[in-house]
Amino acid sequence: MSGIEWLGVILLVLGALLGLVGGIGVLRFPDFFTRLHAAGVTDTLATGLFLSGLACLFGDWQATLKLALIFFFVLFTSPTASHALAKAALHGGLKPWKRREDPHG
Amino acid sequence: MVPGSFAMKHKVSLGLVLAALWLGLSGKLDPLFLLLGAVSVGFALWTALRMDIVDRESHPIHISGGLIRFWILLIRDIVIANTQVVREILRPRLAITPTVVEFESQQSSDLGKVILGNSITLTPGTVTLDIQGSRFRVHGLTREIAEEAASGVMDRRIPRDVEEGR
Repeated sequence: MSGIEWLGVILLVLGALLGLVGGIGVLRFPDFFTRLHAAGVTDTLATGLFLSGLACLFGDWQATLKLALIFFFVLFTSPTASHALAKAALHGGLKPWKRREDPHG
Repeated sequence: MVPGSFAMKHKVSLGLVLAALWLGLSGKLDPLFLLLGAVSVGFALWTALRMDIVDRESHPIHISGGLIRFWILLIRDIVIANTQVVREILRPRLAITPTVVEFESQQSSDLGKVILGNSITLTPGTVTLDIQGSRFRVHGLTREIAEEAASGVMDRRIPRDVEEGR
């Protein structure tokens, strides 16, 4: 395997680990809003690592362009979806979870 | 600037972007594909113009320069924020202190507010909950992350020429 292929494999493995961590966060965090933050890890850095890893493995410029476009669209759509979800939750009366010993809470 | 030249500039740039997209995605240069591409670009332009959606909001060429610098800084911020959130997730005992902060943004245009709101949401650990006028309501995973978002660093970084009248 060439150097760039190894780089691709490393990026993919890192992305997979980060996706796993994001999933663990979704399970561990206490409420909807905090879980949204955990899912954000999967949305941004894990996606970026996956797509750049795939670009290294495919190696031709056309595949790279398509992967870059996918990343570009994800960067626009995922925050829009997160915001819509958060706003809908708030509008529906869901109160953000707060730590009880928080003096400001 | 006359409205006509404004629209012309946007038409030309939209046409160029569409043509580049066609060439990049098809990757073929034989006459049949070029012809199909020209027809598609023409049809897409015609549709966009008929719907009257080619303007500085849908196609903001006036900010492309400053936007690249903004994106580079945003990607750096996203990486930093990711490590913060990963650290909170993997802490043996959860120590998160979710906080809702409100702050005034200096963005006066809709486009500036959308860029700021989406950038905040895109950065893990912070989500824009609501925008009322220029007042932003942001949910942060910890108090530090929320206060960082409310400090206005991101706000000041958005290119000034997003606003009307460059």
